[in-house]
Amino acid sequence: MINIQSLTFSYRKNRPLFESLNLRLEAGHIYGLLGKNGAGKSTLLKQMAGLLFPDGGSCEVMGYHSAKRQPAFLREIFLVPEEFYLPKISVRRYVNTYAPFYPNFDEQAFFSYLKEFDIPRDQQLTEMSYGQKKKVLISFALSTNTKVLIMDEPTNGLDIPSKSQFRKVIAAAVSEEKCIVISTHQVRDLDNLIDSIVIIDEHKIIFREDVQTVTDKLSFKTVSRIEEATGVLFADSNLRGHTIITKNAGSEHSKIDMELLFNAVLTNHKPIQEIFN
Amino acid sequence: MEFKDTQAIYVQIADYISEQVLLNKWQPEERIPSVRELAVSLEVNPNTVMRTCELLQQQEIIYNKRGIGYFISPDAVKKIKQFKKEAFIHNELPSLFRNMYLLDVDLDELKPHFEKFKKSNFN
Repeated sequence: MINIQSLTFSYRKNRPLFESLNLRLEAGHIYGLLGKNGAGKSTLLKQMAGLLFPDGGSCEVMGYHSAKRQPAFLREIFLVPEEFYLPKISVRRYVNTYAPFYPNFDEQAFFSYLKEFDIPRDQQLTEMSYGQKKKVLISFALSTNTKVLIMDEPTNGLDIPSKSQFRKVIAAAVSEEKCIVISTHQVRDLDNLIDSIVIIDEHKIIFREDVQTVTDKLSFKTVSRIEEATGVLFADSNLRGHTIITKNAGSEHSKIDMELLFNAVLTNHKPIQEIFN
Repeated sequence: MEFKDTQAIYVQIADYISEQVLLNKWQPEERIPSVRELAVSLEVNPNTVMRTCELLQQQEIIYNKRGIGYFISPDAVKKIKQFKKEAFIHNELPSLFRNMYLLDVDLDELKPHFEKFKKSNFN
């Protein structure tokens, strides 16, 4: 569905952000894009949506070059950016203005999402708090029913009940035909939704695996004495003990700890990558 | 449902469904909620619930009626007890046995405790 090949991009001369970056994403999944601040998560998402253009290489989405921004492409992709602007109009007028660009827009679904998120439907968008605006935008994004849905830090600014509602609406939105890409720092908000992990670091994609493959090959556990564990690939020690990653020797079914995996891949990349090769 | 950090989510969901059956909330031959409904209410990826259903189907606790959904098997209770028993013997007994050995506790010595426990909890 998304096919990025040898992508090169820089905002400034001699300071490349991406260097021959490759990434393939398929429909039917929710991808979690993880990376440090400044690693290029938002930039990569904007490349997919056709808001930034490659310096070299290609970014193809649904068979279209996203940089060409063809209408047939734009009506099947929606990006919820981290920072956004909403005009000084009512929710109703917003829908009337923007929904016609999306042929599969479901207005009934939109208003039921708003209800789910507890957003008053006849308020001016500019009179809303950041979190409320974000929920309007997320509701709109889901209602467009585009084949590709990209969200940059969607849980930022959401209050505690909204995070649970967000997980419910995303779980309901998944389908075989849809590719959902979410970048996030708050992995704990979404770790049961994300089914594939993509880690970006040092100008490249350094890790891309299904959660199922990860837990088939690695074990995540907490031990009180690290000496008792064998084959530790990464450990994080705190008062409660040591949370560790080891090779999954048998058929353990541990729960993935995405924060731990992220830190492990960044600091101890080679031995972990070898396990997946 | 509150998930623990120790076990894969799909296994925890399988345990949850099995528990509903043991508690008689879902009866044999009853249709269980759809994959999508379960995913939404548990706030997890539908693919995870699919994996749970594959596991439960393989254990013959649920079965699939094409185009309708998953149903609880007629002998689901028996199957669940059988799997839970195996898991108990495999996972929990070793640490109990270890303590019994370290503390010189004989099996017969435990019997009255077990009888008392059953009386006060399940009568």
